[in-house]
Amino acid sequence: MTDLRYEAPATLEAAVALLGGAGGVARVLAGGTDVIVQMETELVEPELVVDIKKIPGLRAIAPENGGFRVGAATPAMEMVEHAGLCRAWPGVIDGVKLIGSIQVKGRATIAGNLCNASPAADSVPPLAAAGAVARVVGPAGRREVEVAKIPVSPGKTSLAKGEIIESIFLPARAKNSGDAYERFTPRTEMDIAVVGVAINLTIDGSGVCVAARVVLGAVAPTIVVSEECAKAIVGTRLDEAALEKLAAAASAACRPIDDKRGTIEFRVKVAGVLARRVALKALERARHIV
Amino acid sequence: MSKRHHISVAVNGDDYDFLCEPAQTLLDVLRDELMLTGTKEGCATGDCGACSVMLDGRLVCSCLVLAVETEGKRVDTIEGMAKDDQLHPLQRSFLELNGLQCGICTPGILVAARALLEKNPDPTETEVRYWLAGNLCRCTGYDKVVRSVLAAAAEMRGA
Ligand SMILES: Cc1cc2nc3c(=O)[nH]c(=O)nc-3n(C[C@@H](O)[C@@H](O)[C@H](O)COP(=O)(O)OP(=O)(O)OC[C@H]3O[C@@H](n4cnc5c(N)ncnc54)[C@H](O)[C@@H]3O)c2cc1C
Ligand code: FES
Ligand code: FES
Repeated sequence: MTDLRYEAPATLEAAVALLGGAGGVARVLAGGTDVIVQMETELVEPELVVDIKKIPGLRAIAPENGGFRVGAATPAMEMVEHAGLCRAWPGVIDGVKLIGSIQVKGRATIAGNLCNASPAADSVPPLAAAGAVARVVGPAGRREVEVAKIPVSPGKTSLAKGEIIESIFLPARAKNSGDAYERFTPRTEMDIAVVGVAINLTIDGSGVCVAARVVLGAVAPTIVVSEECAKAIVGTRLDEAALEKLAAAASAACRPIDDKRGTIEFRVKVAGVLARRVALKALERARHIV
Repeated sequence: MSKRHHISVAVNGDDYDFLCEPAQTLLDVLRDELMLTGTKEGCATGDCGACSVMLDGRLVCSCLVLAVETEGKRVDTIEGMAKDDQLHPLQRSFLELNGLQCGICTPGILVAARALLEKNPDPTETEVRYWLAGNLCRCTGYDKVVRSVLAAAAEMRGA
């Protein structure tokens, strides 16, 4: 184990300065459920970890413009226990609930799930489908970045040196809309997604889908925001023909790897099956969320 | 050598002070510095739950917490579960219903089960199974674990 320096600054500015000025490998420490595992298994041996949990205001879920701003140090369990958030974005919560055990969720954050940049991260497809936006602070100031634009390849993000996600904003929920996320895993709990699908859709008064965002996880080096999938269902009532098109588009959007969890052929097929299921679940929720 | 940190923490209501290296986990410190060896190490990577403790009232894996992070916090471990020689109803129930065999997973399961019953005094079998999904047991096959938790819950509700 190399020498490790631990800092727990009291302000974001100080955290940015520490990370920006670091000579060697430096990591933000949020819940540590990836960072500490990576240290433990010697996958990553940072010289500096910057704990952001002592920065005031980062551990909060605050209503904002009809939506919610989730601070980057908020553990997943606090999201799962937040009634308003669960009502507004049940699909996001579907994903958050799947992040490991209760113990893991007691520490893990969605910003960490995003920045670890695993294509199989469970909260990322539903956040992207929801149109969530990350507020990033860094040496050059603040910027707002769509969640979908943060991961660029397995383990890599578009964040520059010294940049930290301060919070993630979930916008106001449109009327008559619903979202859902499901993943396929060999076991029901404590497993890594072989395929994940998130769908966020809006229907009009007569039940026709007027807007949709479809995001696939674990089937490519990053999540896939699929326009083709969205097109397959927008303008329809999600009848059999539309679901058939959606499933085909989801399968076509996959560029998966072959591994012990699933072959390419299997992942491609399951993506279609899941997309159908998730679309119907989101539709059901859209009918009930007013 | 990394800088050593001086940490003050309340464990099971008692104040402790210790020095630690930044890379030491809370699990390491509990076991090796504070000699509270009831908390077990199974995997050290968050998978098995043997190291479960409460950190400021939240159930966590102590192998995934750096000891330096606990400055000023409250930690509750298995050692605080029995009051003097009075076992917690969960502990009694595990003994009576054979909820353990080798016992390595048991402290973690007891801590996790208590956290569940504090939130939900009347869980269904399914809720118990999902809540304990992060606690692996290689011996019991889980059935007696689940039954022990349900029996303790009933007793604690006075049912
Ligand atoms: C046993 C176990 C099971 C798991 N199962 C699942 C699962 O089923 N599904 C799933 O999706 N995940 C799973 N995970 C991984 C999941 O816990 C993590 O991805 C978690 O969400 C990361 O959040 P964290 O706060 O713990 O991040 P950390 O470990 O603190 O950080 C993760 C990475 O993101 C960076 N980072 C963190 N916060 C920020 C920020 N605000 N700004 C910039 N960079 C930041 C860190 O530097 C680091 O590189 C599991 C983990 C364990 C240990
Ligand atoms: S030792 Fe911590 S989860 Fe296994
Ligand atoms: S009793 Fe042996 S691991 Fe659970």
